[in-house]
Amino acid sequence: MTGAAARTRALALALAVLTLLPFASHSQFFVNLAMLTAISAALGQAWNIAGGFGGLTSFGHAAFFGLGAYADAILQTRYGLNPWLGLPAAAAFGGGAGWLIGTATFRAGLRGSYFALVTLAFAQAFGVLANSLDITGGGSGILVALHPGAGRFQFTDRRAGYALAVALLALATLAAWRLSVGRFGAHLLAVRENEDAARALGVPAVRVKSAALALSGALTALGGVLYVQSYLYIDPGIAFSAERSVEMLLVAMIGGAGTVLGPLLGALVVHAIADTTRSLITTPGVAPMLYGVVLLLIIGLLPGGVVRIAAVRGDG
Amino acid sequence: MAEAAPLLEVRGLARRFGGLRAVRGLDLDVQAGTIVALIGPNGAGKTTSFAMIAGFVRPDAGSVRFAGRDITGWVPERIAHAGIVRTFQITQPFAGLSVAENIRIGAFLRTRAPAAAMEQARALGSELGLAALLDRPAAALTVAGRKRLELARALAAGPRLLLLDEVMAGLTPTEVNDTVALVRGVRDRGVTILLTEHVMQAVMALADRIHVLAEGALIATGPPRQIAADPRVVEAYLGAGAAARLADG
Repeated sequence: MTGAAARTRALALALAVLTLLPFASHSQFFVNLAMLTAISAALGQAWNIAGGFGGLTSFGHAAFFGLGAYADAILQTRYGLNPWLGLPAAAAFGGGAGWLIGTATFRAGLRGSYFALVTLAFAQAFGVLANSLDITGGGSGILVALHPGAGRFQFTDRRAGYALAVALLALATLAAWRLSVGRFGAHLLAVRENEDAARALGVPAVRVKSAALALSGALTALGGVLYVQSYLYIDPGIAFSAERSVEMLLVAMIGGAGTVLGPLLGALVVHAIADTTRSLITTPGVAPMLYGVVLLLIIGLLPGGVVRIAAVRGDG
Repeated sequence: MAEAAPLLEVRGLARRFGGLRAVRGLDLDVQAGTIVALIGPNGAGKTTSFAMIAGFVRPDAGSVRFAGRDITGWVPERIAHAGIVRTFQITQPFAGLSVAENIRIGAFLRTRAPAAAMEQARALGSELGLAALLDRPAAALTVAGRKRLELARALAAGPRLLLLDEVMAGLTPTEVNDTVALVRGVRDRGVTILLTEHVMQAVMALADRIHVLAEGALIATGPPRQIAADPRVVEAYLGAGAAARLADG
């Protein structure tokens, strides 16, 4: 037990050092890669809060990402709001959507794969809406005018973008850590493991699950804001794509769903595999296939995620 | 004592599943500080009655009053807060959590601080003979261990009324004796108990009063000695005319 705890601490330290590394780099390419990985990790961690700790396997977390991105883009381009205010606004939209979707589906008793389908449907529906509404700019999306400067939440140095991604990752990881030690997190795990038993002990299952989805949705929406402020553009395909939803759950599951450090490892592994296969193999179609095979191998051989390598050995 | 208002008052409780009238008009009182048993053959409606009292199944008719409040139709978590905690006939551990963490979920009902709740959980688990297993995953427990865990978890929630749904089922005679002593100890601590049980030896040893259900209806009520001698009860278990045949020898 203590061996596993020490290993987990060492792992946390290694990850912390690794996060600081890109700040010393002058390569925009490398820092950009690091930023994408950090955003992946942050989104994976946000998914992990509902999907890992709560067992609420969402297939449509892009719904929250897109809501956050559009909230930020629309508020600044249409209403002239300072983009920094996009952060609280997006968190409110993402959190509110999470709460509403959660309350509606959990009250109706939808669990497991039914819940997964409902979330998928929400993401698809949001995508269709974004494609057809005027306020979202329809299929051509929203372009944010270039105004570099901290006051406008736009940074020319990629390291600033990376710092923001790391900040979001830290926030999501702090939330996950709180879940792993606190009463609310214990309730969430209990509901995941056995909802009836939890309710018999006074755990308000619907409220606990909805709150977890709200927290997860709020954090995911913040990721949408970071995306818009980095690339100054959003369209329905980017915002609500199924690929984005899948990446979030993949990062959490590959790393170790329901663990605090899992999504961080997951993002590193997923990006390492994706980027290596892409740069080593130039024949079209082979790289994604290899990527898929490696992911399958990891899921098959390490059902608890990569983090188990560090944790389980100590249990003996 | 018997004149005081009962802690639990069930009146006319009924529930049908499709064409099956699982429970039809159950009346039941549980006085504070007593152990009351609800017995009957398989399919008599015991578990459905429990589920209705604990809020897991909505009754079609009737009422449940607890400590002077009408709790009919309340959701399970609210009923738990009010002071009724149930165990499950088919044990329902939080399989991925450790034994101590399982018990702590119960303790969290009355104690918000994680460390204090864990302390209570470990103390209670040790008291119920789970000391060596506290850090093991709940999934690794034996049947007897799981039954104890159900009990420990429910007790950790600090109930005024404990509903025990067949905690003796699947236990060896020695384990039954241990559990009888355990349940008596719980009552002596001031927790009122309503239980269903098939192990008659345990029912006779524990119950102050017994209610007998057959085909969803109450057929007899009284102290253990009287129930054991009641021909209607014998017939419910052994078939019509059994009591007469037994008397004839």
